[in-house]
Amino acid sequence: MTNRHHLFAGMLAMLPLMVGVLPFGLLFGTLAVNAGLTGWQGFGMSAIVFAGSAQFIGVTLLASGVSVPVLLATTLVINLRHVLYSASVQPGVQHWPRRWRWLLSFMLTDELFAVFNLRLQNHGGGADTRWFLLGNSIAMYGTWLASTVLGIVLGQQIPDLSHWGLEFAMVATFAAIVGTQLTQHSMVAAALAAGAGAMLLRGMPYKLDLILASLAGIVAGLLAERLPARTVTEVQP
Amino acid sequence: MTIWLILLAMGLITFALRASFVLPGDRLRLPPLFKRALRYVPVAVLTALIVPMALAPAGALMLDWRNPALAGMLAALLIARYTGRTLLAMLASFALYLLWLRLLA
Repeated sequence: MTNRHHLFAGMLAMLPLMVGVLPFGLLFGTLAVNAGLTGWQGFGMSAIVFAGSAQFIGVTLLASGVSVPVLLATTLVINLRHVLYSASVQPGVQHWPRRWRWLLSFMLTDELFAVFNLRLQNHGGGADTRWFLLGNSIAMYGTWLASTVLGIVLGQQIPDLSHWGLEFAMVATFAAIVGTQLTQHSMVAAALAAGAGAMLLRGMPYKLDLILASLAGIVAGLLAERLPARTVTEVQP
Repeated sequence: MTIWLILLAMGLITFALRASFVLPGDRLRLPPLFKRALRYVPVAVLTALIVPMALAPAGALMLDWRNPALAGMLAALLIARYTGRTLLAMLASFALYLLWLRLLA
């Protein structure tokens, strides 16, 4: 198989996830112009940041006039999960030339991680996997940018989309993402604590409530992990 | 201009997090507790963000079945939980939200 074959295989492997990402890019572009960004700024955000949930939150916070440090702190917290992805793929790529690791570092979204990590596990981190990654990257980045542009054009055609209830689209999107994770009781505990915390702390300055409620959720999840283990040891003597 | 600087900073933060282990190579190891904590980040942050938007859409608490945002959020959570399909849950939730708005307006 030539490099070109691996590149195409990489693009093809990304296809199902591209279909899933398309509506989110469309929605992001639409929300960005309705939140007051120019078309170029909305496109620039997709091109520079390239992280769906952080971008959604970013435009929402920008529109609500939040301070810059809080916006950046929120970006940091919401994207912390990428550290986990970075650590997971590290053993397979640590011998790669630097420029390929730079490419991977920029492209390591949730979707790319899912596809690329599977490839690493099944085929290892040889030169063919580098071309596979390039295929993944072109497909994902291209889809994200193209769907953002479509969304921006759509948003400019139909002004005042908030009348269409589009601000709820973010709630629907994030609730759907959270819902798929709620299969473990520790995740449910994390969600309940974060939600309750957000309600109780509502209205704190600089949106600090968001950060504190998130931390409460993480701690609750970690504590809930220990619950069943503890009951077992108590029963066992 | 400020917007572009903010975008650049957001991009740098995101890149730094993704590069954290890939770029330094084999010199870094993640502490196990940190690794476990990271698993809860998406659920915790996203829930903290949407719950106030759904429970108090206009600023005041609206703990009421007639609240369209609350009905829509619960629908998305439940459908996603039991089908595992993100896009289906999102679309159904949005449809329910619009229906609620029309019916109860």
